[in-house]
Amino acid sequence: MTAPPSADAGLSPAELAAKYGLSVSGARPGLAEYVRQLWGRRHFILAFSQAKLTAQYSQAKLGQLWQVATPLLNAAVYFLIFGLILNAGRGMEKDIYIPFLVTGVFVFMFTQTSVMSGVRAISGNLGLVRALHFPRASLPISFALQQLQQLMFSMIVLFVIAAAFGSYPSLSWLLILPALALQFVFNVGLSLIMARLGSKTPDLAQLMPFVMRTWMYGSGVMFSIPIMLQDKPAWIADVLMYNPAAIYMDLIRFALIDGYGSEYLPSHVWLAGLLWAVLAGAAGFVYFWKAEERYGRG
Amino acid sequence: MADQTTDDVTATAAADGARIPTVIADDVHIVYRVNGGGGGKGSATAALSRILRREKGESRGVRKVHAVRGVSFTAYRGEAIGLIGTNGSGKSTLLRAIAGLLPTEKGKVYTDGQPSLLGVNAALMGDLTGERNVILGGLAMGMSREEIRERYQDIVDFSGINEKGDFITLPMRTYSSGMGARLRFAIAAAKNHDVLMIDEALATGDRKFQIRSEQRIRELRKEAGTVFLVSHSNKSIRDTCDRVLWLEKGELLMDGPTDEVLRAYEKETGR
Repeated sequence: MTAPPSADAGLSPAELAAKYGLSVSGARPGLAEYVRQLWGRRHFILAFSQAKLTAQYSQAKLGQLWQVATPLLNAAVYFLIFGLILNAGRGMEKDIYIPFLVTGVFVFMFTQTSVMSGVRAISGNLGLVRALHFPRASLPISFALQQLQQLMFSMIVLFVIAAAFGSYPSLSWLLILPALALQFVFNVGLSLIMARLGSKTPDLAQLMPFVMRTWMYGSGVMFSIPIMLQDKPAWIADVLMYNPAAIYMDLIRFALIDGYGSEYLPSHVWLAGLLWAVLAGAAGFVYFWKAEERYGRG
Repeated sequence: MADQTTDDVTATAAADGARIPTVIADDVHIVYRVNGGGGGKGSATAALSRILRREKGESRGVRKVHAVRGVSFTAYRGEAIGLIGTNGSGKSTLLRAIAGLLPTEKGKVYTDGQPSLLGVNAALMGDLTGERNVILGGLAMGMSREEIRERYQDIVDFSGINEKGDFITLPMRTYSSGMGARLRFAIAAAKNHDVLMIDEALATGDRKFQIRSEQRIRELRKEAGTVFLVSHSNKSIRDTCDRVLWLEKGELLMDGPTDEVLRAYEKETGR
């Protein structure tokens, strides 16, 4: 063993560390410091999300064209099954129902894919976590940001479909921006929670598709909740309509579709959207930060 | 063990003659937990029975690997320390613990500033061009966009990727393994670090590139407080390090001047 220099002889490692101002390696920073570090990594978060988005289709012959083609095909499939075959509109006019359905699918998929990539954000990137220093929340946030960019391509498709069915661009379309902002904060919070759970139990990646599908069917993606549950007790419809996925879908439908007025929406819908975003965002962030120093083990 | 060599180096680094510690490892133990490693059979029924048996005391589905067992040492500013040992002796694991990337089971690692591992590989994506990977890798290491812009040309020149044509604008998956390794090292070495740890980075690349990277490591060592180097090449350890830690089965077997430890190690491994 190396003998410490004479002045420091006899000091224990902890005393020696204190004397020269050394700190414990890999300790968790305070919450404010953590936010500051995360802000310092904003360029990395953005670059990583864009890189993932580009890498996704780089092997395909059509390349980045798939960014638009994938949501378009998705919309076509849902239209075929629910619009034509099952006629799930239940008396809703076709001009309203088709944009209603496609908006629901795209907006829900935004949350769904954010959650799914959140589950694997840490457990699927252990190599990165074990090699480099950065606030680990960068990963789930970056993945949620990737999904947001993906949604932008879907929005192009959505706008075309809405216009094709008689909902022309108007000032109310601007309401999409705050609605998406709220949903994004909600998604980030949720994927932070899932990232911590998934880092401990990777099995969640197998389980989550079923949970998400149940959530999708219960949120009125393909049908209007108040119309579908007309003859059931009112509280069931209320519970379903105030769930965050339904709230954000309805906000964007309301902004986008001409004939989809406030009669379809629950009361205080913006407040509900805001509360869900703040709740999920804050709780998710703190919950994720609490385990910051433990990510990357085994 | 006395280490006159390191004393000479640190004496020049610290003007007042006192040696300033940069990394202190105090009885460090590291345990990996491996899911599904136990039980032997990988079938579904075996997994199920593992879960059912879990109630009795320690969970049996998880196997523990005790990778580092009670390592203590103090590294000082200006030192270049080599880590040697056979495969699986815990060298890389120890480096990760020093970097704060792996939590210790017992004991503590104290460091001056943020030690960084010279390993940017994980952040790079084969589907992206070399150009975008330089930027992504730099950001992942915590460099700012301006810093990367400033050093971009240096990184590309150092890697030598463009010596045989405009390869930097091609996806990285199209590179040969040597070219990929060179670009990775070039990106990783572009940043200055307080405490720098290099894990087997010199094994790749042709002779010309190896000389260039050893040169760069000596530069980094001048700028950095302390350099750790893991390598199986005794020559590159001899060329760059003045102190060597020898790990075997997770325990620190020897700690001293390069020549002394390498001689013992070569005797033991029969080289």
